[in-house]
This record gives sequence, C-alpha cells and structure tokens, in this order.
Amino acid sequence: MKQPFEQVVADHGLTVLRVCRAVLGPHPDADDAWSETFLAALRAYPELPDGANVEAWLVTIAHRKAIDATRARQRQAFPVGETPERASTIGTPGSGDLDLWAAVKALPDKQRQAVAYRYLGGLTYQQIAGILGGTADAARRAAADGVKKLRIHYYSAGTLSEGANR
Amino acid sequence: MTSIDHDGELDARALAALATPADGTLAQLHRRLEADAEKAGVLDLAYTTIDTPVGPLLLAATVQGLVRVAFEREGFDAVLGLLAAKISPRILRAPQRLDTAARQLDEYFAGVRTGFDLPLDYSLSSGFRQLVQRHLPAIAYGHTESYREVAQSVGSPKAVRAVGTACATNPLPVVVPCHRVLRTDGTLGGYIGGLEAKSTLLNLEKAAA
Repeated sequence: MKQPFEQVVADHGLTVLRVCRAVLGPHPDADDAWSETFLAALRAYPELPDGANVEAWLVTIAHRKAIDATRARQRQAFPVGETPERASTIGTPGSGDLDLWAAVKALPDKQRQAVAYRYLGGLTYQQIAGILGGTADAARRAAADGVKKLRIHYYSAGTLSEGANR
Repeated sequence: MTSIDHDGELDARALAALATPADGTLAQLHRRLEADAEKAGVLDLAYTTIDTPVGPLLLAATVQGLVRVAFEREGFDAVLGLLAAKISPRILRAPQRLDTAARQLDEYFAGVRTGFDLPLDYSLSSGFRQLVQRHLPAIAYGHTESYREVAQSVGSPKAVRAVGTACATNPLPVVVPCHRVLRTDGTLGGYIGGLEAKSTLLNLEKAAA
C-alpha cells in the first residue's frame, strides 16, 4: 500500500532540494528543478512499484530535471554588462561558503553529481551508476575524486572545521 | 586526520550544511507544488485541517467535491492512508481546494449557516449506505429523525440496523448530518466523532435554530 504523496514530500523534500542545489548551485534553477521533480513524481506516483526506493527514484527524476535546467540555462544565457546588485542567496561572503560553492561548481559534472547523489542523496554507487551510466566502480571513483578536490579546497581555504560545524 | 577517512562523513556534513536552503524555502516550494499540481490536473486529493468546537477536523476533496470529513479521534494519518488506498495516493495538503468548505463549516459552527452548499463526492460509500447518506441532508437543521424514520423515508422500513450502519460509516460527518439521527427512544445512538461531539452539534443547532 502506498503512503499519501504528502508524506513523500515531507520525508524527501529537503534531501531532493539539497541535491538540486548542489548540482545546479543555490540558484532559482534549483528551486525550479525541485518543483518539476515533485510534479513529475506526483504524476507518476501511482505507477511506482510498491517497495521501490522512493529516494533513489526522486533523485533519478531530479537528475533529469537538473540536466533540462542546465540545457535551458545554456540556451538562454546572454552576456550581462554589469551584474545587478542584489542580496546574496548563497551564504555570507567571506565565511567560506562562497569558496565552497565555487569549489563545488568547479567540479566536473559527473563528479559533482556523484558527490551530491552519494553524500546528500544517500544513494548507493550501484544506484548512482544507474543514473549516470557506467559502472558502480566508476561512480565510486567519480565521488571519491570529487570529494578529494573539495577536501583540498577545505585545507587550502582553512575552512574545514568551520564548514563542518556550521 | 582520521575523521576524513570516514567515507566522507565530514564532507557530507559540510556539503549538507552548505546546500541547506533558507528557512521557509520548502514551505514556499510546497505551495508552488500545490498550485502546479492543481493546474496540471494531477492532484487527485487535496486536504486541510480546521479547528472547530468539536476539535480539529480533516477535510479532503477530490476534483468532484468534498469526499471526507474526519474527526481527530479517527487518526488523521490513518484516514489519509485509507484515502490513498481507496481513491488515490496523489494526495497533498492543499488548503485552497477546501476554502469554500472550510468557510461554510466556520459559519455553521458560528451558528449562522443552517445548510451546506458544496459539491459532495459520495464515492467512498455505495449501495444502500450511499442512499441513506444522500437522504440525510433532507433532515432539517435543528430537527432529528429516528433510525426507524430514516429507514421509512428511504423506502426500506425494516432496514433499521442498516440505517444505523450507514450513519456510522458516513464519510462526510457534520456536512452530511448523521448527527441528526437518534434512537427511537430519543437517546443519542452512536457517533463517529464521539457522543460528546454529537450532543455539541445538536445543542448548537437547537440554540441557533
């Protein structure tokens, strides 16, 4: 028997949003990807087999929506002469958040995705391989390489302990 | 240095903290999902809860209309679980679809509304039970009938017990006034919301009528 979809949103909404934000950046695109993920999931929910791993299913949908968002962003991108001033939505400048975001953003797509799905989504490497293609070993390597780069960033920026405790 | 060899536990915490949205973001996204789902026609069931003199009530509606009113003692989670199984698991807390029902219930409990003008979805009951439940709104505000009288009204004078069952399984209590059905001797009989709730409703109607 399936639980009401409201419970699915309550249980997994935050995790999926973290995944979207890690993959797309703390950007309205991440909110859009979340919205489209849960709308698509609601639509398909009655057909989801009983006993399926709901979180892995949601992250799989979120992965596709994030790719769509990235493509749309590339199509719509246009040069802006001067960046308009607005409140930061990505943390406090100088706190280390901005540096960590920059480091996350700098990761190759596969590594960033593997890190997000493993460490935020809690997926197994087998499940990640199902989403990204390739083998579980390749997914494990991508996540490990990604994390290694982020760690180097922590040490060079000296924000490891702060970052972990915030 | 050992902690970082812990399968990235430290990194996961830092990353999770970093990726956690500001307070209120999820609530905002939820409201957007409610609207998107309604617009896309994939919100099979919307629900909300309201506070009333007989305790919190859960209201649930399909696109056809109000399908379930539940008392807290029934257990809202259990009720939602049953709705998921019987109607559809595409359920969201989406108060907007229940706005009119909630307003009319507020007016009813304030004593200024004597009848409900709402689309109702009777799909949770069938056969004789539904027949009885469809008859109940014909019992006027502030009045009562006995189980026997209801049985006669629906053309099955011998089906007194079945009328009792139909009232006990009314999926739309308060709105479909099964509380206006009493035993022939005038005692309360049963009520899904508890006897205290039944007398509260009857007293409210007596005072306001």
